[in-house]
Amino acid sequence: MTESIIVDHASKRFTLRYHRTFKQMTVAMARRQEVSDTFWALDDVSFTVNQGESIGLMGLNGSGKSTLLKLVSGVMRPDRGKVLTRGRIAGLIAAKAGFHPQLTGRENIYINAAINGMTEAETERKFDEIVEFADIGRFLETPVGHYSSGMAARLGFAVSVSVDSDIFLADEVLAVGDKPFKAKCMERMQQIRDEGRTIFYVSHAAGSVRKMCDRVIVLEEGKVGFDGGVDEGIKYLHYDEPTGSQEEHVDDELGADV
Amino acid sequence: MADTLAKATGDGRREEMPLVEPSATTGLFEVFRRRYLLKLLVRREIAARYQGSFLGMLWSYINPLSQFFMFYVVIGVIMGLRNIENFGVHMFAGLIVVTFFNETFNAGTRSIRRNKGLVSKMAVPREMFPVASMMVSGFHMGPQLVILASACLLLGWVPDPVGMAALLLAVVIIMILGTGLALMFSVANVYFQDVGNAINVLTNFVRFGVPMIYPYTMVDDRFGPGLVDLYLANPIAQAVLLMQRAFWVGTTSDPAATASEQLPPNLFVLGSISVGVALVVLVVGQWVFSRFENRIPEHL
Repeated sequence: MTESIIVDHASKRFTLRYHRTFKQMTVAMARRQEVSDTFWALDDVSFTVNQGESIGLMGLNGSGKSTLLKLVSGVMRPDRGKVLTRGRIAGLIAAKAGFHPQLTGRENIYINAAINGMTEAETERKFDEIVEFADIGRFLETPVGHYSSGMAARLGFAVSVSVDSDIFLADEVLAVGDKPFKAKCMERMQQIRDEGRTIFYVSHAAGSVRKMCDRVIVLEEGKVGFDGGVDEGIKYLHYDEPTGSQEEHVDDELGADV
Repeated sequence: MADTLAKATGDGRREEMPLVEPSATTGLFEVFRRRYLLKLLVRREIAARYQGSFLGMLWSYINPLSQFFMFYVVIGVIMGLRNIENFGVHMFAGLIVVTFFNETFNAGTRSIRRNKGLVSKMAVPREMFPVASMMVSGFHMGPQLVILASACLLLGWVPDPVGMAALLLAVVIIMILGTGLALMFSVANVYFQDVGNAINVLTNFVRFGVPMIYPYTMVDDRFGPGLVDLYLANPIAQAVLLMQRAFWVGTTSDPAATASEQLPPNLFVLGSISVGVALVVLVVGQWVFSRFENRIPEHL
C-alpha cells in the first residue's frame, strides 16, 4: 500500500504574547511579569495514512485539529519532526479564502482554481461542472460580496471538489449551506472517497464521521489520544452518548458551525 | 466501469509521485513557476481597485497628473526654479520612477497582511504577494509613461536607443530594489504593524533624496566629492538620472551638451552598479523572508 500522508513526530509551538503595544510591554517588563509564553499546539504527533484511507480527525476545541490540518496542507511547517505528503492536495479549509468581494463569481472561480493549483485549461474544462455544482444561477456575474454566506461557501466548495487532488482535506465542510446542499456535499465526498483519494476530515459530527470515514484519530491537547476504528474513536470521545434533544441529533448528522 | 479504470490509472500515477513536504515549494522561483496564478492575482488587484468607481482606470492618470501640477506650481512657479530647461519634464521623468518605487514599497509591505485570508489558509508561495504588488505598481506606470512620452514628443524629443536603454535600466533597478525591500518589510509588517506606517513616512523622503525637483548639478556644486558619491550610491537617484537621460535630455535645445553638463559622466556604469546593489537587496530580502516566513500564519 502506498503511504499518502506521513506525520513523523511533528510538533508545533505557538507563542502567546500578553502585551501588544510598546507601552504595555515596558510596563510589564518593569514589573517583571511574563511578556510572552509558548505552548505546544501539537506535541510529538505521529501517524501514517495510506492512499485511499478516509480519516476522521476529532477532538475538542483547541486540541490542535486545525493546526494539524495546516501542517498537512503545507500552510505551516512543524517546528520539530516531519510531515510528508504524496500528490496534489486540495481542500475545504477555507473555501472562501481567495475570494475577492468586488469581483464576480466567474472571476473568483478562476482565481480560486489557480490557488488550488489548477491551470487555465483545466479550469476551462471544469468550469461548467463547477457552476453546476455551485448552483448559483444568474449570480455568476455578480460580485461575490453580494452573495449570501451560503452561496459563497457553495462556490468555494464547488471549486475545491473539482480539483483532481490525491489528498482531500475538509475542515467542518458542512457547517454552512442548507440541507439539500449539505446532502449534495456528502454525496460528493463519498464519491471522492470511492475514487480512491485520501480524505482527511475534521469534524465534531459523529454521524458524518461514521458515514464517511474508516479510521478516527482523536487529538487531546496536541497529542494523539486515540488512533483506530471509527466506533471506538467516537466512544473514546463520549460523542456516542445519547443526549436526547432533537437539536443534538441534527448536529450528529450534519455537523454544526464551530 | 469508468470509475474503476480511473482509479486504477490514478493509483499508478500516485505511486510514481514522491513523498514531499507539503510546504517545500516557496521562494521567488516558485512564484515565476506559478505565473498563471501571479497573473490572476495581479489582474484581481487592478480590477478590484477600480471596480465600482465611476472614473475607473482614469484615476491612474489623474493621480500622477495632480502630483505633477502640485510640484510644478510650488517648485517651478512659486519658488522659481526655472533655470532648468523644460523643468516639468525633468521633474515628471523622475516622479514616475519614484512613484513606482514608493507604491511598490508601500503596497508590498502591506501585501501579506492585506491577503491574510489567503496566506493563513492556503499553501501558496507567499512571495507571490509582494511580487504582485510590484507588478500592479508597474502596471500603473504605463499611463504615466504615455503622458510623459507625449509631452516630450511635443517638445521635439526623438527617442534614441541609448535613451531607451536608460529607461529600461531605470525600470529594472526599481523593480528589483522595490521587490527586495517589499519582501523584507512585508514579513516585518506581519510581526509589527508599525512597520507599514514607518515605511509610509520613509517613502515621503524619497522624493527629496533624488534629483527630481532640483537638478543634479546643484548636488554636485554644494556637496564635496565624497558626499556626491554617497548621494549617487542611492539606486533610486540613479534610476531618476537614467530617466532624465531617457526623456528630459532629448527635449533640451542641445541634448549632447545637457547630457555631459547636467548628468554624471559614467551614468551607465553607475546604473549597472545600482542593478548590482538592488540584486543584493533582493537576495537579502528573500533570505529574511524565508527565515521568518514560517511563522507568518500564526502572527496574522
